[in-house]
Amino acid sequence: MPRTLKALLPALAAFGLSIGATRAMAQDAALIAKGEYLARAGDCIACHTAREGKTFAGGLPMKTPFGTLYTSNITPDPQTGIGTWTSDQFYQMMHNGRFPDGGLVYPAMPFASYTKVTREDSDAIYAYLRSIASVQQPNRPHDLTFPFNNRSLIIGWRTLFFKEGEFKPDPTKSAEWNRGAYLVDGLGHCGMCHTAINALGGSSDSQAFEGGLIPMQNWYAPSLTSNKEAGLGDWTIQEITDYLRTGVSSRGAVYGPMAEVVYNSLQYLNDDDIRAMAIYLKGLAQGTPPEKLATPLPSAETSLLVSLGKPIYDRQCASCHGATGQGMPPNYPPLAGNQSIEMVSAVNAIRMVLNGGYPPGTSGNPMPYGMPPFAHRLSDDEVAAVVTYIRTSWGNRGEPVSARQANELRAATLN
Amino acid sequence: MAARVLACASCHGAEGEGTSDVYFPRLAGKPAGYLYNQLIAFRDGRRKYPPMNYLLEFLPDAYLKQIAEHFAALRPPFPAPATPTESKDVLARGELIARNGDPQRGIPPCAACHNPNFGGMEPAIPGLLGLRASYISAQLGGWRYGTRTAASPDCMQIVASLLTENDVKAVAAFLSSRPAPSDPSFAPRGSLPMPLACGSEPN
Repeated sequence: MPRTLKALLPALAAFGLSIGATRAMAQDAALIAKGEYLARAGDCIACHTAREGKTFAGGLPMKTPFGTLYTSNITPDPQTGIGTWTSDQFYQMMHNGRFPDGGLVYPAMPFASYTKVTREDSDAIYAYLRSIASVQQPNRPHDLTFPFNNRSLIIGWRTLFFKEGEFKPDPTKSAEWNRGAYLVDGLGHCGMCHTAINALGGSSDSQAFEGGLIPMQNWYAPSLTSNKEAGLGDWTIQEITDYLRTGVSSRGAVYGPMAEVVYNSLQYLNDDDIRAMAIYLKGLAQGTPPEKLATPLPSAETSLLVSLGKPIYDRQCASCHGATGQGMPPNYPPLAGNQSIEMVSAVNAIRMVLNGGYPPGTSGNPMPYGMPPFAHRLSDDEVAAVVTYIRTSWGNRGEPVSARQANELRAATLN
Repeated sequence: MAARVLACASCHGAEGEGTSDVYFPRLAGKPAGYLYNQLIAFRDGRRKYPPMNYLLEFLPDAYLKQIAEHFAALRPPFPAPATPTESKDVLARGELIARNGDPQRGIPPCAACHNPNFGGMEPAIPGLLGLRASYISAQLGGWRYGTRTAASPDCMQIVASLLTENDVKAVAAFLSSRPAPSDPSFAPRGSLPMPLACGSEPN
């Protein structure tokens, strides 16, 4: 009997070990899966993967007014990636925008938003990034103009625009609202585009989510606080969740840089998180919308543009968007009462006419309907006329646009 | 499907027949594999033309495949062939290259891969008829200058780099002057012995 037991011991020990190991592996797998989901929420892939490049191996050029930055390799390769980083060092990067050696990170990395991410979530993303395929690909040096090639300038930027600190839930709000705020303000880094970027490349808290032109891309990221722009105060939660998750809704479709966000990030989030974001975003726009002044064209010119624009609209646009701009949502967005059409900046409306566009193909809308480009078919005068007509008809109260504005946007970078 | 791809119509025609703009090609009736390869190449930036790169940027593979199959199945009438503006000598030179190549300079004939009737071969070699001379010469130029590339080995990059400006002009003039094919079907997959390895056409 003792001998038998003795003989069995190693087997029992191995059995015990394997249960332990299996449990640890299951925990790891759950942590990695959570990290993968959070990395989606943070849209890491959009910047850290170059076109036709290896996933997360970096090298994507990011044009800024200060020169071109090249994104970094965040695969676990020990020489060229972040394979030697500890989870502390990874958190330090996310939370405080510093490399393991203490060096300052350029704020194109949205650490001013990621600072709100909890340590627990940072550790999950870290575990996921440790688990992906390692790619040996050295980082390409940034190509910044003087004086912006001096990293010590980042100290000034940080003083002005960076506030370190994890997200603090607001106890007066619901759990859903707080989860939405955490995702929108933190990993989602929505404020990077939807808050005006000033000449110093920073965004001010007092203008949070008030919108702004995205530098270099020539798309206008509308205000999320004003119902006159992309404020969602009078959208239903269903309309917002459709928009965020599938890319189309009965109120409008995503386009431009927002199409990228839905394609790479939002379509992968679960119902609860999308709903939480919708609740928080809707709440952002409950306040009084700020009035902004536009520079109106002389009224004689406006009425000329409108009279020239109607026949163009009837011929080119009405078959999809309807004779009175009612559209056929969700595939043909309504133009009447569409905030994206009426807002002060006409940049997006002009660009949609010039360049057309497809909403992203998502699991909720895998075969989107596309809008043709008209850059080659309409003159500057005709583009100005039809956009003016759309912005001022059927109850829309946008300002007219000039041929010059249309002409300037022909040169906008497409992709 | 036609409604979903109306975005293509303003340049390529509602049936993919092409439009009056000489730089926008006919899509209809090209092999689906060819069209799919081009859609992927535009989306991923391997073939550079910003309006196309922009439109396709966020469309998944499965949808691009359906778009390719849609245009491959259409058979709108071919346009009348172009009235040649080049001399008879130039057209004859173009025909010689297209049918026989130039063995001394290592140039294979177009007909070798694109089918003796220039109708293309399944799954991924396009027909060459119904295209305007400007489009054909712009594409050959695109290969030479690297704005159009295909999966390696990029056989057309090799062929285009062997051609002179005059060769390009002659081939484009000849092909664009050809009438519509009597039988608009493709050569079956693998039926033509290809002189060059081609990354786009699995052998």
